Amino acid sequence: MKTTSFLFAGFGGQGILFAGKFLAYKGLLDGKQVSWLPSYGPEMRGGTASCGVIISDTPVGSPIVSNPDVLVAMNLPSLDRYEDAVVPGGIIFVDSTLIERKVKRDDVKVYYIPATKLASDNKTPTLANMIIVGKVLDALNDFQEESVVTALKKVISAKRADMLDVNLNAMKLAIEN
Amino acid sequence: MADKVLMKGNEAIAEAAIIAGCRHYFGYPITPQTEIAAYMAKRMPKIGGCFLQAESEIAAINMVYGVASTGLRVMTSSSSPGISLKGEGLSYLAGADLPSLIINVQRGGPGLGGIQPSQSDYFQATKGAAHGDFHMIVLAPSSVQEMADLTVKGFELADKYRMTSMVLADGTMGQMMEPVSLDYDIKPMPEKPWATTGTKMERFHNITNSLSLVPEELEQLNFARYEKYKTIEEEEAMFEEYMMEDAEICIAAFGIAARVAKNAIVEARKQGIKVGMIRPITLWPFPKKPFEAAAEKCKQFISVELSMGQMIEDVKLATGCKAPVTLCNRAGGMIPSPQQVLESIKEAANGGAK
Repeated sequence: MKTTSFLFAGFGGQGILFAGKFLAYKGLLDGKQVSWLPSYGPEMRGGTASCGVIISDTPVGSPIVSNPDVLVAMNLPSLDRYEDAVVPGGIIFVDSTLIERKVKRDDVKVYYIPATKLASDNKTPTLANMIIVGKVLDALNDFQEESVVTALKKVISAKRADMLDVNLNAMKLAIEN
Repeated sequence: MADKVLMKGNEAIAEAAIIAGCRHYFGYPITPQTEIAAYMAKRMPKIGGCFLQAESEIAAINMVYGVASTGLRVMTSSSSPGISLKGEGLSYLAGADLPSLIINVQRGGPGLGGIQPSQSDYFQATKGAAHGDFHMIVLAPSSVQEMADLTVKGFELADKYRMTSMVLADGTMGQMMEPVSLDYDIKPMPEKPWATTGTKMERFHNITNSLSLVPEELEQLNFARYEKYKTIEEEEAMFEEYMMEDAEICIAAFGIAARVAKNAIVEARKQGIKVGMIRPITLWPFPKKPFEAAAEKCKQFISVELSMGQMIEDVKLATGCKAPVTLCNRAGGMIPSPQQVLESIKEAANGGAK
């Protein structure tokens, strides 16, 4: 019986909510119980954006993620704000293109991924979010291509089917590095 | 069974309403429920329905009155301050015995308040939506699935009893996504011989009206309505019990508060504390019976709420003061943490009732 809570945080436009929705869909397709709760309101409009995702073998109680097992920080304010909230033994993923400082804690595992740079080098500047998500799944030993593709189909509209492979390839970028 | 899809609570309400046969939606945007209107705006024109963004909440509720008079399924949605504006219309709907569905995705108050989740419209929904003696059936979802299920149920109960049903949700329920299955077997609507559908020169015309100037007659209308309420109280109360079999401490919580409380109960059980929960699903009628039964064996009750303590009064009434009832709460858009609820449980376990 396992429950994993994720917090995705960054600024509006980075695809924070989309990344969380993808992960929640993958959990659902894997037969897990899932919840997705975004921050909403004025902070969404140009400020910070965040969403909490819970993936569990048992029904999800509170959908509110205050102390995540996994934090994805895509800008400095997010790392500053949530670093201390991560549970001891948790994992922090840092977009090291946008966050120059190191994580201060020594009781969590940290991955530094130059996601924004990888994304622009790959000519997919809007997919830094998925580059990190790929790494998250890989680090959790949860990157099965089949369920990844099925989940991508759920979150990418049929009209944008050409984006499927683009997303999938982006998700592999940080794994190969 | 249909595949489960991830949906926001607000969208689940809108789609469930359409499945239940609602083809008329009137609203005015307000956070955190705007997705309901957005969904209706997108879907209604495609299925021959009517989406109308009214000039105000007051206009929207009176449009609801109009469609309800014709016997069709109709709804409006808003959040706390907007519901207050609809109050007059809610009273008129009650006075004219018209079925309709109202959604309140609550936010912190009073006044214009904030936009974060709250449960501080409990009193308004269950006891005093507006002037006059009347009730609404109040349904309190605690998951996205229930957002949809209780929307369908709300329409059915409204038609069955010719009155307003309200789904009383909050910002988290509206904004969160969870897997939901929208697989319903919708029963046909009951006959509505009172509806204003045109006489075709075959019958006397129907009138839907809440004006009644002869006090003896108005009294009789009130008596009849309260006879109906009595039936509803006896037959329609809904609740869920969680780990109550051996519970010595009983939590009362609905909606998002019940979700938070579940985490705390799991943790408290690990520490050997016998705690359970009664989660009202209908807030009116309030499920008195499980609380009466629990009062015989539980040594303390804790009401967990996103308000300054409103449902706690109904818990006290239902338990007849046989055991102390304490409050564990946050207000103004804040949500109690599982830790805060756990502390309240531990205090109760240590005999710390006040």
